Amino acid sequence: MDRKEYDQLAEELKPNGHRVKNGLNAFLYGGVMGAIAQGVLEFFMSIYHCNEKEATPMMIITLVLVACLLTGLGIYDNIAKHAGAGTFIPITGFANSMSSSALDCKSEGLILGIGSNMFKLGGTVITYGIVSSALLGVIRYVFTLFW
Amino acid sequence: MNYIMAFLFSGFVCFLAQMIYDNSKLTPGHITSLFVVCGSFLDLFHVYDQLVKIFHAGALIPITSFGHSLMHGAMAATKEYGIFGIAMGMFDLTAAGISAAILFSFLVAIIFKPKS
Repeated sequence: MDRKEYDQLAEELKPNGHRVKNGLNAFLYGGVMGAIAQGVLEFFMSIYHCNEKEATPMMIITLVLVACLLTGLGIYDNIAKHAGAGTFIPITGFANSMSSSALDCKSEGLILGIGSNMFKLGGTVITYGIVSSALLGVIRYVFTLFW
Repeated sequence: MNYIMAFLFSGFVCFLAQMIYDNSKLTPGHITSLFVVCGSFLDLFHVYDQLVKIFHAGALIPITSFGHSLMHGAMAATKEYGIFGIAMGMFDLTAAGISAAILFSFLVAIIFKPKS
């Protein structure tokens, strides 16, 4: 049996049921995260009497703080086991990736451990975010010059 | 009503990511990068602004909004500084999230002990 046949066979024998369950779990956890975010957003909007745009950074800071704390306590990983994409797609997943890689490399020291490893996993998001928005930004800027 | 809208959209994005994760060999790092690029692409035609208007926090919480805010800050600064605004304003809106994530991650790493 060569590689191709093996891959085909493995694909056929893969259990299919848990995909639906994983999808539902991700939907539920991600949705609950969105609803919590909405609650926090409206809370800040009411106590600081500001609009949604100004309250957004406050909401994000709060959620990032909670996610970092939960990662430190080891609770976030337990949630992630069930939720899958429901935990790494919201902004809390970004906070989790940074704090967990900082925590894991703590033993290597303050500079070479925490300092240089913090962006090990979360750095891709920043890199590709900046590269893509710079490229698309240039395109849009050129567009607006002529229209 | 806002809560239901936020729930539905955030859940939908996570569901989409989970489907990609289960049906391909991509890691979470690949998927989050992909979604960020999608977010900034959607901002190209102001689609994401409409999504935020409809779904509120549901559209702000997935990582796609990170790409959207990077792009949005860059575009807002080009009005004032021309082409240099793209680099100058890039972090205007996301500064809060990134600074908070760096600061809190550092503090957590200092205070807590690794569990696994």
